[in-house]
Amino acid sequence: MNFFSEIKENIVISYQAINSNKLRSLLATLGIVIGITAVTLMQTAIEGINLAFEKSIAAVGADVLYVQKFEWFGKEDWTFYKNRKELTMEQYDFLNKNSQTATVMAPSTGVTRTVKYQDLALQNVFILGTTYEYQEVSGFNMIEGRYFTQRESQGGYPVCVIGTDISDAFFENTDPIGKTIKLGNFNFTVIGVIEKQGSLLGLFSLDNRVIIPLERFFSLFGDKRGLTYNIKAADINNVEETKEEVRWIMRKARKVPYGQPDDFGVNAQEAFKSTYESLTGLIKIIGTMITGLSLIVGSIGIANIMFVSVKERTKEVGIRKALGARRSTILSQFLIESSMICLMGGFIGLLISFPISLIIDAFVLPTAMPLWIVVLSLFISLMFGILAGFFPAYTAAKMDPVDSLRYE
Amino acid sequence: MDNLIEIKDVTKLYIMGLEELYALKGVNVNIAKNEYVAIMGPSGSGKSTLMNIIGCLDTPTAGEYKLNGKNVNEMEDDELAEIRNKEIGFVFQTFNLLPRINALNNVELPLIYSGKSKDERIELAENALINVGLEDRMTHKPNELSGGQRQRVAIARALVNNPSIILADEPTGNLDTKTGDEIMNLFEELWSKGNTIIIVTHEEEIAQNAHRIIKIRDGLIADDYLSEKGKRIAEQNNMIKSTN
Ligand SMILES: Nc1ncnc2c1ncn2[C@@H]1O[C@H](COP(=O)(O)OP(=O)(O)OP(=O)(O)O)[C@@H](O)[C@H]1O
Ligand SMILES: [Mg+2]
Repeated sequence: MNFFSEIKENIVISYQAINSNKLRSLLATLGIVIGITAVTLMQTAIEGINLAFEKSIAAVGADVLYVQKFEWFGKEDWTFYKNRKELTMEQYDFLNKNSQTATVMAPSTGVTRTVKYQDLALQNVFILGTTYEYQEVSGFNMIEGRYFTQRESQGGYPVCVIGTDISDAFFENTDPIGKTIKLGNFNFTVIGVIEKQGSLLGLFSLDNRVIIPLERFFSLFGDKRGLTYNIKAADINNVEETKEEVRWIMRKARKVPYGQPDDFGVNAQEAFKSTYESLTGLIKIIGTMITGLSLIVGSIGIANIMFVSVKERTKEVGIRKALGARRSTILSQFLIESSMICLMGGFIGLLISFPISLIIDAFVLPTAMPLWIVVLSLFISLMFGILAGFFPAYTAAKMDPVDSLRYE
Repeated sequence: MDNLIEIKDVTKLYIMGLEELYALKGVNVNIAKNEYVAIMGPSGSGKSTLMNIIGCLDTPTAGEYKLNGKNVNEMEDDELAEIRNKEIGFVFQTFNLLPRINALNNVELPLIYSGKSKDERIELAENALINVGLEDRMTHKPNELSGGQRQRVAIARALVNNPSIILADEPTGNLDTKTGDEIMNLFEELWSKGNTIIIVTHEEEIAQNAHRIIKIRDGLIADDYLSEKGKRIAEQNNMIKSTN
């Protein structure tokens, strides 16, 4: 008997068997339903968070390094960092002069102030002081006006470019270009609006910013604040090389003695990623353990029902064998039955988790259910079906035809 | 005459705990193609055991069984399944239909296991049911049929794959006399079409339908003779031979 037609026939037989025992099959597969619901929800949540993370981390720039006083997610004790000195303009100039592998770099610093336009005010706006190179490093576009020029930058002109949050708040019906806004107590002329950039990890809006020439920033807000050096690596595939170069130049600039650890951090998107991944990795491990457990318990339930089903149908097995069914045919009949019960559980699990994932998406966390999650869930159910059905099916296949025919 | 079934010194031993029980104690019997045999004997004498061995449902403890010249003792499980599927048609006292599926699907079963296509199966199963006079009961489930009708379905199922031997273990045991006679007429018809038929029965009248009667007692063949009908047929055959 041909393998595929055997499977086809056995699917029909299993369908009849399940159909005549609907409630029992449904109850048996409950554990699988719960397991698949859990595993699917977990995956959709992780997938959704991943997507959101990728999106919000994009603003950090995969090819941009940030030289700062501290490392992101530093692992040492606080005392290790407390004596560090701020990054200065002199060190920046030294770095800029000596770096070979960086395309472009810009120093920056910031402060938060209330920003006003006529009688409108926005509190806690981030004022970023930087140079004309900053646009190229960050790679953002202007939706209106322009970014400031080298002359405006070096001359410390009172000009500014603003984020979309500010432009929306102040200039809903008017053209922002040429308008004067107040940063703290100082007047600046708006010369451009930056395209919407979103927020960093949903926490820090990049559109609620005003960017002004660094020279101006120093004269108005002081030049004692530490700087960040924003550096664009020449080759996105070789950020590591640039990072190493920057480190060695910075050690020289800051006169770090040989053998001593760095007293600054060269930060990159990478740092976010690895921290994030270790976090989601933990969630994944815990989630997998929980769902694995419920799937195992679920498949024990299925195995149990299958043993009952085989026992009940001892006579049927005898009849089928008397009519010419081989052991392998009987084996596959019961394996297919348990697989179908589990697949049904998996399918119900998906039907339950899909709307739940939409609800979670709407109110709690972003979620996403790509096709591979659906396929994976069904595949897992199938695997557990085969696993759970194996011993019962094997018992049936091995039955002696005469004994099973005599069974009442 | 070529023997379809050759049974030589066949024994069957059942061991239950410390007790050993020989259901067959050395049976020798040959059955030719297109014979019509009734096996008789008291309860527990080993009739069903012998039938199961002939039908390849069971294997002898010792002795030799050749079917169509092939030694069954040496066969693997899958080969036995194939023989049951292609060579043997079983009819049981308790019908042994699958309760959840209708008459047509029940008759289809042996064809599924021989790998026939759906269309072919339906056609053959319908023909088999028509042959036993059940053309208007095809979609009935077993519990919607009378005992006689169920046994007809079982006979249709036994015949559908065109086996060389029909084995019937007390096919009329659960039927009243009239229905039993109808079933026996069906066997007569099958025999006249060239089938080999072996039935087990308690009843002398039923046995008289066959042409040869084998009596078993205590796991041994006690008697093996032609019935009245068998004698008449033998005489006719002799007359035909002598006139030639
Ligand atoms: N599976 C078994 N285990 C143990 N003993 C068995 C088994 N099957 C049959 N026997 C014994 O073998 C003997 C012959 O049984 P069998 O079923 O062949 O009798 P039978 O002639 O068909 O009887 P009946 O007319 O009552 O159907 C009996 O004594 C029975 O108890
Ligand atoms: Mg019997």
